[in-house]
Amino acid sequence: MSDLTVPLARWHLPTPGRIGLAIVAVWLVVAVLSPWLAPYAAGNVTAADVFAPMSRAFPLGTDYLGRDMLSRVLLGARITVGVSLAATALACFTGVTLALAAAVHGGWVDAVLSRVLDALISVPSLMFSLVIVASLGSSLGVLILTAAVIYTPGAYRTARALAVNINALDFVTVARARGEGTWFIMREEILPNMVLPVLTDFGLRFVYVVLLLSGLSFLGLGVQPPNADWGSLVRENLEGLFDGAPAVIVPAIAIATLTIGVNLLIDNLPTRRNGHAR
Amino acid sequence: MVSVKGLRVTVRGDGGNTVIVDGASFDIARGEVVALIGESGSGKTTIALSLLGYARPGCTIAAGSIHVGGTDVRALSASALASFRGRNVSYIAQSAAASFNPSQRVMAQVIESARVHGILSRADAEAKAMALLRALALPDPERVGQRFPHQVSGGQLQRLMAAMALITDPELVIMDEPTTALDVTTQIEVLRAFKSVVQQQHTTALYVSHDLAVVAQIADRIVVLRDGVIQEVGPTRCILGAPTHAYTQSLLAAADPAARATPVVVPDVADPPVLRVEGLIAGYGGINADGLPYLPVVRDLAFAIRAGAVLGVIGESGCGKSTLARVIAGLLPAARGTIALDGEVLPADAARRTREQLRRVQIVFQSADVALNPAHRVGRILARPLQFYHGLSGAAVSRRVRELLDMVRLPAALADRFPHELSGGQKQRVNLARALAADPRLILCDEVTSALDTVVGAAILELLAELRRELRLAYMFISHDLSTVRAICDEVMVLYAGQMVEYGNRNALLAAPRHPYTDLLIASVPELRPGWLDGLAPMRLAEAAGGVAAFSEAPCAFAPRCAMRLDAVCATEPPPIQTLAKGAAIRCHRTAQDLLVAQTDRDLTPHDRSHVEA
Repeated sequence: MSDLTVPLARWHLPTPGRIGLAIVAVWLVVAVLSPWLAPYAAGNVTAADVFAPMSRAFPLGTDYLGRDMLSRVLLGARITVGVSLAATALACFTGVTLALAAAVHGGWVDAVLSRVLDALISVPSLMFSLVIVASLGSSLGVLILTAAVIYTPGAYRTARALAVNINALDFVTVARARGEGTWFIMREEILPNMVLPVLTDFGLRFVYVVLLLSGLSFLGLGVQPPNADWGSLVRENLEGLFDGAPAVIVPAIAIATLTIGVNLLIDNLPTRRNGHAR
Repeated sequence: MVSVKGLRVTVRGDGGNTVIVDGASFDIARGEVVALIGESGSGKTTIALSLLGYARPGCTIAAGSIHVGGTDVRALSASALASFRGRNVSYIAQSAAASFNPSQRVMAQVIESARVHGILSRADAEAKAMALLRALALPDPERVGQRFPHQVSGGQLQRLMAAMALITDPELVIMDEPTTALDVTTQIEVLRAFKSVVQQQHTTALYVSHDLAVVAQIADRIVVLRDGVIQEVGPTRCILGAPTHAYTQSLLAAADPAARATPVVVPDVADPPVLRVEGLIAGYGGINADGLPYLPVVRDLAFAIRAGAVLGVIGESGCGKSTLARVIAGLLPAARGTIALDGEVLPADAARRTREQLRRVQIVFQSADVALNPAHRVGRILARPLQFYHGLSGAAVSRRVRELLDMVRLPAALADRFPHELSGGQKQRVNLARALAADPRLILCDEVTSALDTVVGAAILELLAELRRELRLAYMFISHDLSTVRAICDEVMVLYAGQMVEYGNRNALLAAPRHPYTDLLIASVPELRPGWLDGLAPMRLAEAAGGVAAFSEAPCAFAPRCAMRLDAVCATEPPPIQTLAKGAAIRCHRTAQDLLVAQTDRDLTPHDRSHVEA
């Protein structure tokens, strides 16, 4: 993929994009290293006070059981970021693959894929996930799959629109006239020309997935105790809202910074390769 | 009226500012038409736009003075510019289709600038527009204004745009390649309309074009531009007759490639043809009960191309010439007929052809820009057919890539570049090299020089001629441009609405008697001679104004436009194919004698005559 052979420094990223990139990078590092970064082990009740305010021992206060909030948020990042990334990657991979097949093959393949996935779009996402989680039970695997199924049609729609346009260009016709197969045309001729827009779409869909998972957890159908993502942290500490405890606002801020960071980054990604845009 | 002095325009780039127009100075007197001639990238549109006080995004008018009718354009404020543009200076763009709002009626758009500037009331503006439409010889001027842009033909839309530009009686009209996108026969009526209205209204105009022959018909003086620097300024007759500057001379030489035409290869009849096509019918839409496509685009074609020979396929847009290339390549399977390569009948669909069959027919497209994958380097683009057809790998591939680049006269270092780093001519050479990588027998060239500047295109034609001699390649060369076809082809087939109307060797095409449509095509090509446009016969103009080559069920699709039609038979019986003594076949009811009398070579230039005699 030629985009990666171009040094990253030549991708001019405006300042808001750099800020977004920094935020996203911080949360990614936190997600990977949280067991070593967290001052207290997962789930340890360490304080006498519940909903304690910020202090030297507990920089972000404590939760409804008296656990260190900083550790809870850092460890929650791992689940929120990890599950969302996995679900988004799965949705985008499936969506883009099906879109390429539909665009290159055309005809009935395109018609069947497009109608089936359109039908999926028409199901309200929160209701769909409630039904799935209620019937299959909630585990990380089920959550990832549910979110992936919900966001595949959107990824498919975007990628198909791109791929159909590229498929009509002469260099694809030349490949067809040469006798190249569907797989080659998908992978070598079309895919490299849609990397940047697909990357942007990936970021957008990642934000949706974070919000969906947080919503599910807030309703109590997402990540189950003793594990906690940021959505469940908001829910379990909801009572602290009346005490003015930091425990309820901190995970909400974490969700906000992650989604804003991703948005800043993708809004400022270059739209064309290596500064050719004139 | 117009005075430009020391104009300098710069564009912001990675490494600071680049000068794209440097020290341009010229004047236009009241009622004078001055042409700005140059290749793409020479800065001609940039200069034209600067007269509107406009620089494209990233560009800056850095120095110089621009005066239009006593107004210092550079001194105008943003709001003063808004009332200046469209009122004092108006602009006619190349693509009228892209310049009209598709959701508004034509009349509302023609009078818009008069209304916006508050010059005329709606009723007065419409009355004035009507007079302009008549002056521009638009058919049915009372009703054309009530149509939407998509209901009006391209040639008419271009004239409506001229009416739009003239409605405010501007001090200067800028015409930016206004006929470049039109077919030659349509170009005639549009040019004539422009010329007559310019003369009637004593319009001062700047005519931007790359086409010297067109400019010769309409301009009083010519400014020759290259790389943003003015090379030569002079009256039209002097520039065309006695150009002093070497660059002008090379432009003139490239405008007439027939002068350097390669000799006709006399096909060795003993050789079996590389390609033989018989009874070919193809089109779009479903297949009906007769086994014919719903919209036939190529109808009953038969021809052959011998090894090392070049067949030219010529016709106007929509005549089915590009479809023909797609059908032969198997991209659009033929509904009927046979395509035989070296005597072996090919399956109609490329998907059912063997790799070896595919290898021997390669296709090269018009727009080099979209024919090369922007994500791959040149080396990789050329390597793929080598791996795919010849199973080469490793060092053998890179050695062959270097050879291929050398064959198309490109440096080996280009293998590491991306397509967007190449010029238009270089891209087209890479396209050609990719076709050569397959070691084909036949290359289908679809308008390969049409998107290129004249000089660059002429170099590509020379390269094609060399490659054909060295490799004994056969080409099917598709073009709408008669002089290009004459420069490279041995035989020529003229298509009209998907049917062959004339098929013969290149020199026979120039000699009377010809098919009436061939005759019209030849007569429509502008000549490098002022006064050519005014000297056209009325019969010719009626045919040229006849509209576009549309598919019809009529026995002869050209009959409705034909000045020589026989009302009794042309509308009822399919015309027979006659073989003429000059060595060409035509599809026409008229006898050779009739055609000869009507066409006694009045349209031929002395240059053409010498060709016919030779």
